[in-house]
Amino acid sequence: MGRYLLRRLLYTVPVLLATTFLIHTLVFVLPGDPIQGLAGDRPVPASVLAELRHRYHLDQPLFVQYAEYLRGLLHGDLGRTFTGEPVAEALAGRWQVTARLGLTAWVLEASLGTALGVWAGLRRGRWADRLVLGGTTLVIAVPVYILGYLAQLVFGVRLGWFPVSGTEAGWPTAYLLPGLVLASFGAGYVARLTRTSLLEHLRADYVRTASAKGLPRHRVVVRHALRNSLLPVVTFLGVELGSLLAGAVVTEYIFNLPGIGQQVFQSIQLREGPTVVGVTTVLVLVFCLTNLAVDVLYGLLDPRIRHD
Amino acid sequence: MLTGGRQPHAARLPARAPLVRTLLVRALLAFGLVAFAATGCVRADSEDDRPVPAVPGGAYSVALTEPDHLTPGRTTSSYALQVLQGVFDTPLALDPRDGHPVPLAATSLTTTDQRVWTLKFRAGALFHNGEPVTAAAFAAAWDAAAYGPSGWDANSYFTQIAGYDQLNPPEGQLPTTRHLSGLDVLDDTTLRVTLKAPFSQFPMLLSFPAFAPLPQAAFTDPDGYDLHPVGNGPFQLDGAWRHNQRIDLKRAASYTGPRPPMADAVHFRIFTSKDTAFTELQAGHVDFVTSVPAARAYEAKRTFGRHYAVRPSGTMDYLGLPIWDPRYAKPELRRAISMAIDRPGITRAIYNEVFTPADSLVGATIPGHRAGACGETCEYRPAEAKRLFQQAGGFTGTLALYFANSDPSYLQWMTAVANELRQNLGIRDIVLRTMAAADLGPILNHHQATGPYRQNWVADYPSEQDYLAGLLGPGTRSGWSDPAFNALLAQGDAAPTPEQSTASYHQAEDLALRELPLIPLWNWQDQTAWSGRVGNVQLDPYAAGLHLEEITVRH
Repeated sequence: MGRYLLRRLLYTVPVLLATTFLIHTLVFVLPGDPIQGLAGDRPVPASVLAELRHRYHLDQPLFVQYAEYLRGLLHGDLGRTFTGEPVAEALAGRWQVTARLGLTAWVLEASLGTALGVWAGLRRGRWADRLVLGGTTLVIAVPVYILGYLAQLVFGVRLGWFPVSGTEAGWPTAYLLPGLVLASFGAGYVARLTRTSLLEHLRADYVRTASAKGLPRHRVVVRHALRNSLLPVVTFLGVELGSLLAGAVVTEYIFNLPGIGQQVFQSIQLREGPTVVGVTTVLVLVFCLTNLAVDVLYGLLDPRIRHD
Repeated sequence: MLTGGRQPHAARLPARAPLVRTLLVRALLAFGLVAFAATGCVRADSEDDRPVPAVPGGAYSVALTEPDHLTPGRTTSSYALQVLQGVFDTPLALDPRDGHPVPLAATSLTTTDQRVWTLKFRAGALFHNGEPVTAAAFAAAWDAAAYGPSGWDANSYFTQIAGYDQLNPPEGQLPTTRHLSGLDVLDDTTLRVTLKAPFSQFPMLLSFPAFAPLPQAAFTDPDGYDLHPVGNGPFQLDGAWRHNQRIDLKRAASYTGPRPPMADAVHFRIFTSKDTAFTELQAGHVDFVTSVPAARAYEAKRTFGRHYAVRPSGTMDYLGLPIWDPRYAKPELRRAISMAIDRPGITRAIYNEVFTPADSLVGATIPGHRAGACGETCEYRPAEAKRLFQQAGGFTGTLALYFANSDPSYLQWMTAVANELRQNLGIRDIVLRTMAAADLGPILNHHQATGPYRQNWVADYPSEQDYLAGLLGPGTRSGWSDPAFNALLAQGDAAPTPEQSTASYHQAEDLALRELPLIPLWNWQDQTAWSGRVGNVQLDPYAAGLHLEEITVRH
C-alpha cells in the first residue's frame, strides 16, 4: 500500500510538468495582445506598451517564458497578475472560498444524494420513489443559473433565511445556499445512481442468502447491499470532488463568491498567462490527489481490489 | 403533496399512472417555485418612503465592480474612478449640471495664451496621513503617470504637456529624465504648466483623477499604496482594499476642502454579476446600484420608482469603417450603410430604450452637442440608403463585421445590423467576426480589419474635442487623416474663448460627418437605483458619477 501511494505520488510530477508546459504553450500561441486588450478601444502609448510587455515577459520567446516560469516556481513565485497582485496571493485567498464552497457542496451532494437514493430504492414504486425520481429530474433539467437566481429570490430576498450573495457571513451561513445550488445537479445524479445500484444488489443472490440466514433487515441492507452498491457512487463522487474544487464558474458568479472559477474565467479572457498556468497547476494536483483517494477507497469498499 | 400517494399496491399500478402523476408533481413544483419567486420581487424597505433628513452621519453601501488599481494615475476604469471621487480632490471638478470646470483643490487657474497655465492651490490642505498637499505633490504625481516606464494606464492623458515626448521616447530607447519639463513648481501653492501647443480644453482635463496629487508613500511603496491609497479628499480608506470583496471609506478627519462629506462612511461591495448586485438592492442589503443591467429596466422602474434614475453617459457606440479598404472609399457608400441601420429599433429591442439613438459624433451630454448634427445620415431611410448604395457602385465580396465578445448584447445588435444591411442594401454575403477583446485590439490598431467594426468611446472630459481628437485625430485607430479636420481642431484648441473653440469644433464635426469615416450609433445611459435609506442623490454624466460626499443617510 505504501509503495503504491509513493508510486502514484511520483507519477504526478511528470503530469504536472506536462500540463504546465501544455497550458503555457496554449496561452502563448493564442493570437492577440493581452496588453492592448486591457486598454479597451483606446490606443496605448508605445512606451507604456513596451514596458508592460517586458514586465510580464511577453516580449520573450516561448521557451524563455516557460523557463522563467519554472525558475519562479522553484522559488515559490507564481508570477503576477496584470493588476500587479502576486498570483500566489490571489490564489490563496480565492482557494479558501472555492474549497469551502466545493466541500460544502460535496458533502451536501454525497449525503443528500445517497440518503435520497436509499430512501427511494427501498420504497421502489411507492410515492417516495416517485417523488425522488421526479424531483431529481427537475433539478438535473433546470440550468444552474436559473436555480441560482430562484434560490436567491426565494431564500435570500423573500424569506431572508440566507444572505443573497457574498462571503461576509462566513462559513457555513454564506456557503449553504450556493453549496445547495451547486450540489443539486450532482445530488440528483447520485440519488439516481444509488437507487438503481441498490435495487440491483437487493435482488442479488448473496442478499437473499443473508436474509435467509435470518440477519435483521437493516444489517442486510447496510452491510451487504449498500456497501456494494456504493462502488459506482464513490467513483462519481471522487471525480465530482475534483471538479467542485476546480471552481464553479456560474455559481461563483451568481453568488458573488471570489473563488477559483471566477479567476480562471477572467484570466482566460484577459490572456493572463501566469494566472491561468498557476491555477491549472494547482487544479491538476487536486485532481491527481482526489483520484488517488478514490482508488484507495475502492480497496476499502471491495476487498477483491488490492493495491500492491 | 398530491393525495393518494400511499396506495399499498402502488408498485403494481399500470405504468401510466405514476408517470402522469410524476409529471404533475414536477409541473406543480416548478410552477410553485417560479410563482413564489416572482411575488418575491418586492423591495424590502418600500414601506419607508419619507424624505431622508439632511443631517450628517450614518453609513451607506454602493455596489461596485472590481477596479484595476486605486492609484489615480494607474487607472482609467470607471469603477476605480467612482472610489477615487471620494478619496481625492483633483485640481478642478466639473459642475454636475453643465460640466463646466470649477475649482476644487485649486483656487484658481489662469492663462493668457491657452498654452502656459498657472495653478494656485489651497494653502494648508493635508493628505489623510498629515502630509501637506503642495504644488510639488501634484507635479510628482503627474511626472510618475507621464513617465513611460511606469507603465501607468493614464499615461496618454499627459500628452499635451511639454516634455511628454522625452518621458516616452520611441520604442527601444529609455527616457533620460523623469520630469516633465513643462511643470515648474514656483512655490508651495503655485504650479506653472507649459503645454506643447495651445489647448483651450486643459481645465477640463484637470478634473480627471489622474491629475490628483500623490503623497510620498505612493512612491516608496507603490504596491502597498495601491491597496490603501492616501488621498486629499473628503473620505479616507478604512482598512485596505480587499480584492473582489470590498473597499471601505470613512470620513477624513484632516479634510478642510470645499466639499465636506455628509455620511460618516461609504462601503463599496464588489460584485462580479450586476444582476446579483441588483438582487441585493432588492433584498435591502445594498443602497446603490449605479449600473442596473439594461435587461432589468422595466423591473427597476417599477420597483424603485422615485429611487430610480436614468443617467445619460458620455459613452457612445460607433460603427467604424475600414477606410483603408478601397471598397469603403466612397462617402456615399458609408452614408448608405449608416442610413440602412434602424437605430431606434435596435435600442428599443436590445437595450429596452436605456440606450438612445445617436444624432451626432459627440455624446448628448456634452456641452456644445448639437441635436441632429448628423442630420438624415443618422436616420433610418432604407430607400435613400439603397439609392446611395447603387450610386456608389454597390459592394463586392464579403462584408465582415468585427466586434469583441465582451458583452452578449454586441452579438445581438451586430446581427440586427447585418440583417438590415442584407435587407436594405441587398448585400448577400455578410459574416460576423466575433472574438476576444485581446484579439480584436491588435487587428483594429494595425488596420487589418476588412469590414466595419464596433468602436466605443468613453469620454474622459465633457468636451467635443475629446471625441473628435480621440476618435479621428492624427494617429488614431480610425486611419482617417484629413488636414482640414486637423487644422480645425488645432484652431479650436488655440481659441481664446469657449465659444470660439466650440465654433471650430462644430466645423470639424460637420466635416467628419460629411466624410463619415465613423458612423454614430447610440448613446449609452446608466440606470441607477437606490434604497429609501439614502437621499440627496447627485449623479453626473462625467467621470465622477455618484457624488459620494453629498449623500445623506437615514440613521
